[in-house]
Amino acid sequence: MSNSTEKIEYVSYLDHKGKYKGLMAWIMATDHKKIGLLYMYSIMTFFFIGVILGLMMKVELLAPGETIMKAQTYNGVFTLHGILMIFMVVIPGLSATFGNFFLPILIGAKDVSFPKLNRFSWWIFIVGSIMAVASQLLKDGPPDSGWTFYAPYSTTTGTNVIMATAAAFVLGFSSILTGLNFIVTVHQMRAPGMRFFNMPLFPWSLYATAWIQLLATPVIGITLLMLIAERLFNIGFFDPNLGGDPLLFQHLFWIYSHPAVYVMMLPAMGVITEIIPTFCQRQIYGYKAVAISSLAIAGVGFLVWGHHMYTSGMSDEARWFFSLLTFIVAVPSAIKVFNWITTMYKGSIDVKPPFLYALTFIFLFIIGGTTGLLLGAVATNVQVHDTAFVVAHFHYIIFGGMGFAFFAAIHYWLPKMYGRMYNFKIANIALVINFIGFNLLYFPQFIIGIQGMPRRYFDYPAQFQPAQVLSSIGGFILVIGLILMVYNLVKGARSGEIAPENPWNGSTLEWTLPATPSLENFDEEPIIKENPYDYK
Amino acid sequence: MFSNASNFVQGVDSAFLIITAISVFFLVALTGLMIYFVVKYNKKKAIPAVQIKDNSLLEITWIAIPMILVLYMFYIGWEGFIPMRQVPKDAMEVTAIGSMWKFEFEYAGNKQSDTLVVPIDKAVKVNLASKDVLHGFSVPGFRIKEDMVPQKKNYTWFIAGELGDYDIYCTVYCGLNHSYMMSVIRVVSQADYDKWIKALPVKKVDNNLGLKVLEKNGCIACHSLDGSKLVGPSFKGLHGSTSEVTINGVNTKITVDSAYLESSIYDPNKEIVVGYPQGVMKSYKGIIQKKDVELINEYLKTLK
Repeated sequence: MSNSTEKIEYVSYLDHKGKYKGLMAWIMATDHKKIGLLYMYSIMTFFFIGVILGLMMKVELLAPGETIMKAQTYNGVFTLHGILMIFMVVIPGLSATFGNFFLPILIGAKDVSFPKLNRFSWWIFIVGSIMAVASQLLKDGPPDSGWTFYAPYSTTTGTNVIMATAAAFVLGFSSILTGLNFIVTVHQMRAPGMRFFNMPLFPWSLYATAWIQLLATPVIGITLLMLIAERLFNIGFFDPNLGGDPLLFQHLFWIYSHPAVYVMMLPAMGVITEIIPTFCQRQIYGYKAVAISSLAIAGVGFLVWGHHMYTSGMSDEARWFFSLLTFIVAVPSAIKVFNWITTMYKGSIDVKPPFLYALTFIFLFIIGGTTGLLLGAVATNVQVHDTAFVVAHFHYIIFGGMGFAFFAAIHYWLPKMYGRMYNFKIANIALVINFIGFNLLYFPQFIIGIQGMPRRYFDYPAQFQPAQVLSSIGGFILVIGLILMVYNLVKGARSGEIAPENPWNGSTLEWTLPATPSLENFDEEPIIKENPYDYK
Repeated sequence: MFSNASNFVQGVDSAFLIITAISVFFLVALTGLMIYFVVKYNKKKAIPAVQIKDNSLLEITWIAIPMILVLYMFYIGWEGFIPMRQVPKDAMEVTAIGSMWKFEFEYAGNKQSDTLVVPIDKAVKVNLASKDVLHGFSVPGFRIKEDMVPQKKNYTWFIAGELGDYDIYCTVYCGLNHSYMMSVIRVVSQADYDKWIKALPVKKVDNNLGLKVLEKNGCIACHSLDGSKLVGPSFKGLHGSTSEVTINGVNTKITVDSAYLESSIYDPNKEIVVGYPQGVMKSYKGIIQKKDVELINEYLKTLK
């Protein structure tokens, strides 16, 4: 370095003084790390509202008949639970929180390509979220269409469906813009010398995810606008009484909403792919296979939406086609699982909380994935479609998968985000409680689903009660575990021990930075290595 | 080893068992391997990690084996399913009609029942229809499920193999009383079936135009014609009666006349009858024309 360049003094991004102060410093922040934290705080808040709604349902279902609320209230509660959890928690979840925070760092960049657009995306996210909450409070009553908004029920019910769909529409823009930002960032902002195959695998998964966000989200946007137009102006897109086709709605809805599952899952797989090698002190096994399987999942994932509609009255040929493709998309996911486990072989395994969360993720993900095979095969789908089995399956995938990957990520990267460490013992206890609660909550639903218990049921025949009670007990246990986990994390972030810059002996780029990175991450241009897992 | 409740149980259940067996094998094997590695290669043993090179042969194996397995599972899933779409030509036909929140079954000869009574060992084709929104026709005991879509033809069929009652559930969420939309398939001997169908009365057809408007718009899902209390007030004896309503939070007694009924159709939340929830009914402005509202009023006057 020449003598004329002034050495920049290190200031943690958290202590950086900008133009604004206090709360405004956060709202006006363009630093990708602060935006990542903003997403995390808002998403965790919505998550806990969603959890409370979920718990209300579990209490209602403790006994047949009316327990604590009326049927109309229950229908509103499961609708809001779905909208909140899907559009405001799991879709933005990992990519907006940890993607924002770590994508630039992992590719050696100072920020995303468009920092102001990034800030704008968060603002839109908040506006959309406020609209979703407002739909509950306005005069006509909470929407009761389910988060799937199936027509013609959604176009004829008297409740506030327009506000809820408009909220999902607005939230979609946040997702599209984040996707766009990440794609451009990966193409344009990689540090000099870093090619695509020198990137770690979390950026790979975010890159694949971003393409889905960019290409699929407009479809749901248009669909929801059509639904609003049908309600406001009686234009018959979907309601057969107006000359429309309800199956058209389902196709359009799932053309987005199935790929959206991969928006949730791919970054989760990416996180796990970072954590496993770190705690095994090994290179990830099959780097290229994992990278390419992300793109394969994103690609084939666009073509399997029809498996949500086997019984809808769709043609037999379509059922054949969608079933075949659904089974094929299972293969790249299986490859990833094999790669993770092989990475442990002959490693030096350090069993710390992030690693335990990653193992739990793999276990729950295998259950979620293999029960998906029963849903993907047409014959068995007929038995379990639209039952509690589906509810259990997607909670295993989305909560057990994406949710536990989120918890793994928080435990993994918290020292880099706050420069402090949480208590390992409490983290492990919380994990065990979460694991027991989770399985007790969702596993019984597989059983009653197989027996025919339909989903979205306010009331149920008495023969299903024992399983429902078990499930509700599981719900309470899980909530206790979640509260303990969050308490431990918050305490760690605020007043935990000061963390070293590389507490896990990790070998990716972020661990070469100070315990909390500076505003622009790399005050000196990083020297890029051929192998993304060689920064020690 | 499989129940003989319907001709599909064996196909579905054998596919179910095979896929579950493969799933459990992988779950146990992979979880076991994970735990084994965590113990065997634990850091406490202080053996440094060995970096292992990628092995193409291994990777091709674990792409090829799952690929073969998933194609096999796809195949048995399809084989178990395809008979469900191949109805024998001599099948007896019944039409199942879903509406908020009940099933009705129409038999030949304009006869109607609210349970589906069928003879044993005979192919029955059930044509599925819906009057209002989407409904599901699910019979877990028979392993059949198809959606009922308004104005679109769909069907299912079965041969019942054992006497008894089998639950029918609506599986597609259809609003307030979705979880109460149930019925039963009753499998009886041919002789009992013949007796039953003979005794089933022919459906009386009411061609009142006002009633047609009510049926077409799904009104009677919530407003009964026989005085029973559903989601909203019953239509029976409504016209001309006195009722207590809430207007902007104030309770007043009014007489239900044609003007009140019209305003209740176009602006249902303005004057809510005490004891009924607000915000459940939407406005039918632009959907039910003025002249049809008059037909409704004329019909309700006759419904004493």
